[in-house]
Amino acid sequence: MSIDWQPTAEIATLRERARLTGQVRAFFAARQVLEVETPMLGHGGSTDVHLDSLSCEATTPSGQERLWLQTSPEFHMKRLLAAGSGPIFQLARSFRDGEVGSRHNLEFTMLEWYRPGFSLGALIDETDALIREVLPGDPGPQRRHRYRDLFRERLSIDPFTEALDGLRRMASDKGGLDMEDAQRDDCLDLLMSLVIEPTLGREGLDVVIDYPASQAALARRHQDPEDGAWVASRFEVYRNGLELANGYDELTDASEQQARFHEDNSTRRALGKPEVNVDERLLAALRAGMPSGSGVALGLDRLIQLALGKGSVADVMAFAAPRA
Amino acid sequence: MANYSTNEFKGGLKVMLDGDPCAIVENDFVKPGKGQAFNRVKLRNLMTGRVWERTFKSGDSLEGADVLELEMEYLYSDGDMWYFMKTDGSFEQYAVEKRALADTEKWLKEQVPYTVTLWNDNAISVTPPNFIELEVTETDPGLKGDTAQGGSKPATLSSGAVVRVPLFINEGEVLKIDTRSGEYVSRA
Repeated sequence: MSIDWQPTAEIATLRERARLTGQVRAFFAARQVLEVETPMLGHGGSTDVHLDSLSCEATTPSGQERLWLQTSPEFHMKRLLAAGSGPIFQLARSFRDGEVGSRHNLEFTMLEWYRPGFSLGALIDETDALIREVLPGDPGPQRRHRYRDLFRERLSIDPFTEALDGLRRMASDKGGLDMEDAQRDDCLDLLMSLVIEPTLGREGLDVVIDYPASQAALARRHQDPEDGAWVASRFEVYRNGLELANGYDELTDASEQQARFHEDNSTRRALGKPEVNVDERLLAALRAGMPSGSGVALGLDRLIQLALGKGSVADVMAFAAPRA
Repeated sequence: MANYSTNEFKGGLKVMLDGDPCAIVENDFVKPGKGQAFNRVKLRNLMTGRVWERTFKSGDSLEGADVLELEMEYLYSDGDMWYFMKTDGSFEQYAVEKRALADTEKWLKEQVPYTVTLWNDNAISVTPPNFIELEVTETDPGLKGDTAQGGSKPATLSSGAVVRVPLFINEGEVLKIDTRSGEYVSRA
């Protein structure tokens, strides 16, 4: 049997990739956003219940320590913001255990940037402009949809008020699997990924806003003017059914952030998943004061895949997971 | 059998689903921006040959299926069952039912090796070689001087299959046939 040593991307594709990455850097240079590089290994990691971190043992000046490969450069970049960096961006290699597929790879390149003083709406427009810069031709208009309205239009349910029984039934039915014991958010995630997402971004750039408050992660929450329901101040951008970017009106309240980390870890315990060290330095930075503003993470490999019309992220990576 | 988790679902892996042995065809990882991950999996039901598309929560598992694919020569039929023999020198024989034989029945020829799929030591399907050589037992007489032009006619082969062949083919000739498409390839 021959050994598959060859790259998963063609050399011509890698040339195109380098050209597009150059365009991304020029985009930010023109806007006076500073490029930074932060560590891939940190003392803390993401506690997000649905992200599995990789970790390793390292010999450091304080002895043998467990360090976490970052699932995104978010924590370190926020510490730079708190230290007065102003607007920053990074092309950061990020790691997520178990995530391998046509849209995922164990390690990938996250384009992440932060805009102190930007509203979420202003950052949506900047994200839109960056995507248009990289995609060839005109991808069509930008349309914003409230999460709630998408469920109402496509599934005829209100995701915030529908009874759990009804959600479970619909998720089991649409997914063809047993969701009878599933949590509310798991049912919503299934309906979002299997029913709604594939239809998004077919005629333009679709932006989803106002996620359920329970899916706020590191975003602020605000009240829906319609009925006062709490929603997460978050957005995601879709093109051709592919999620490209995920942005937040960043949470700057240290005690709220600490509470969410600990809540994540107690959910992890309940699910039998390993706990992740809470990033105390991030919490200290938030206590010291991080300027209000918005930030967004964009999957660069996916954007390049779309720009070059390739079928899978592996087609635009020199060596995708199985051949690394 | 061992259990396999969604991240071990690779093409070709044999698992049990709804009581039937299945082979994984494709496995893709689906995940919303933040939240529960799922796997969309295509599986071929080995009993029926049909392809199912199913969704699993990432980390769910399925029981492995005790499925083996072995090379066996076709021996004979008693009208009820069809008999095959392992080619590994053991001379071990397996009886195959008509249902498991399915479409392969029309491509049977003695002493030709077939791939027989066994589940819990019972034959559940038989796959013919991609190409097989069979004799024409019945066709209209060949047309002289028509070797270059297109045009075809039906011919019945020794296995019972009926295929389209060029007009110049005569009874008694041995032809090479592609069993996947059921098409004539050449004279053998």
